[in-house]
Amino acid sequence: MKILVCISNVPDTTTKISFVNNDTAFNTAGVQFVINPYDEWYALVRALELKEAQGGNVTIIHVGGADSEATIRKGLAIGADDAVRIDSDPNDAFAVAEQIAAYAKDKGFDLIMAGKETINYNGSMVGAMLAELLNLPFVSMATKLDVASNVATIEHDIDGGVEVVECPLPLVLSANKGMAEARIPNMRGIMAARTKPLQVVAAAAADKLTSISNYTLAKGRTDCKFIDAAHPEKLIELLHTEAKAI
Amino acid sequence: MSVLIYTEIAKGKVKKSSLEAVNYGSRIAAQLNTTATAVIVGDADVTDLGKAGAKKVLKLKNDKLKDLNGQYLTSAIEQAVTAESADVVIFPFDFTGKEVAPRLAARLKAGIVAGAVDNPVISGDSFSVKKNVFSGKAIANYTLHSAKKVISLLPNSFPVELKDGSAEVVDFAVNLDAVNSPIKVKEVKKATTELNLPDAELVVSAGRGLKGPENWGMIEELAKELGAATACSRPVADMHWRDHHEHVGQTGVAIRPNLYIAIGISGAIQHLAGVNGSKTIVVINSDKEAPFFKSADYGIVGDAFEVVPKLIAAVKNFKANHN
Repeated sequence: MKILVCISNVPDTTTKISFVNNDTAFNTAGVQFVINPYDEWYALVRALELKEAQGGNVTIIHVGGADSEATIRKGLAIGADDAVRIDSDPNDAFAVAEQIAAYAKDKGFDLIMAGKETINYNGSMVGAMLAELLNLPFVSMATKLDVASNVATIEHDIDGGVEVVECPLPLVLSANKGMAEARIPNMRGIMAARTKPLQVVAAAAADKLTSISNYTLAKGRTDCKFIDAAHPEKLIELLHTEAKAI
Repeated sequence: MSVLIYTEIAKGKVKKSSLEAVNYGSRIAAQLNTTATAVIVGDADVTDLGKAGAKKVLKLKNDKLKDLNGQYLTSAIEQAVTAESADVVIFPFDFTGKEVAPRLAARLKAGIVAGAVDNPVISGDSFSVKKNVFSGKAIANYTLHSAKKVISLLPNSFPVELKDGSAEVVDFAVNLDAVNSPIKVKEVKKATTELNLPDAELVVSAGRGLKGPENWGMIEELAKELGAATACSRPVADMHWRDHHEHVGQTGVAIRPNLYIAIGISGAIQHLAGVNGSKTIVVINSDKEAPFFKSADYGIVGDAFEVVPKLIAAVKNFKANHN
């Protein structure tokens, strides 16, 4: 089975967010970048488990500059066989999907996996766009994936519940929590990652349909108003009169 | 030119997030001097779509649409976009919106903003929309450069407004002969809860501080008295104390109700990422150093097993005095 896993390079969850250049760019100074958790813990690890059980090959693909290579090497250290970096700025979801589709279209991947969203832009778009560009079926928010006789059985989250679907390969899916448990790369994996193939591919022509003109920080909350634990009725009163929440 | 809005039915009624999207789309239509058309699959009373601002409702008709399969829906909505000459397409940023809106945008080569939180600013040819980024820690202002635009609206960004108004309702036969999705639905397991968590205005949530699943009775009672949905933190779902559909946070469901009451939840950054869009946050925790208090509007430092029963009594009393 040939599996392609799309990975994004994102600031670690605990990063303090700030912006530079008149609030037009994210301030990367001192920021620790990691593989987007949904791409890593759920998509990549499940891809590796399937490969280990059934044989095959796991390729990771990333759209970004040379500064992402440490993140890509981590994916190789966890166990991916090889990696592709498409040398292009990942600043519009459709442009990213076009780059990946241009690479993947004639490679015969059986499964293309991505996380359900990135933790920096939270758009949940690239998987569905890839499926459209490659004319493949797409299953979103998968929490369980098994493959037997070239047919995938997938549990995925839907509005107010879970749906179980079957789909013959090839297909695109986005991974949600539950697909697999996180793996920590071991020393052998880290050593091996240094020599695994990391191919850099020049960017294909892509559209740029959106751009970000500026950022603002979300308003934090003002001081928390404390209410005596002996008198929670005071809370109800404030929720009614002040917060107008009830 | 028109504005097209994808809407959905749940339990025989138009979903709240769909009505929000129709309100939103009709405001955009007014700015563009055009009208809003809603599309819907299935049969239900669609009077509210007119009250929310749609001038026309297209009932999408084709047997292949019954499972809301993304490949069929994309083609069906594409046909409605063509028939209505729509330049702007609105979705709620929910499960279907996440699956179908990007696919449709890619097909139409439309710029897309997924998870918009504010009305677009339109001036001449310039069209920009704000959305939350960095899991709610910042807001990015997106400019769309394409002629066609797709926007999915983050639920609970605006209250629903229903006014006098009615829509012309017409059946719209969709041709899906050329589309064949290989996806087969084998089973659907719906959660048994009455209230759908992402749609809920009020949410009562509890964490590890509750000590065990047997103690959720008072959480459910408080939620019932308030008319709230129940939710939980990640460890609670991971330990199977509660169903994983109740898990709110970065890896669970992201919600933004009017009121979020967190009981026995310390407030890890990953939990906050899923709830920090809530309008009012109440935190009840026995540890006065719990980080969640820094992100709360109201706090009670106290033992949940003492505070919650008193709170239930206070809500009952409040209801008795306000009905």
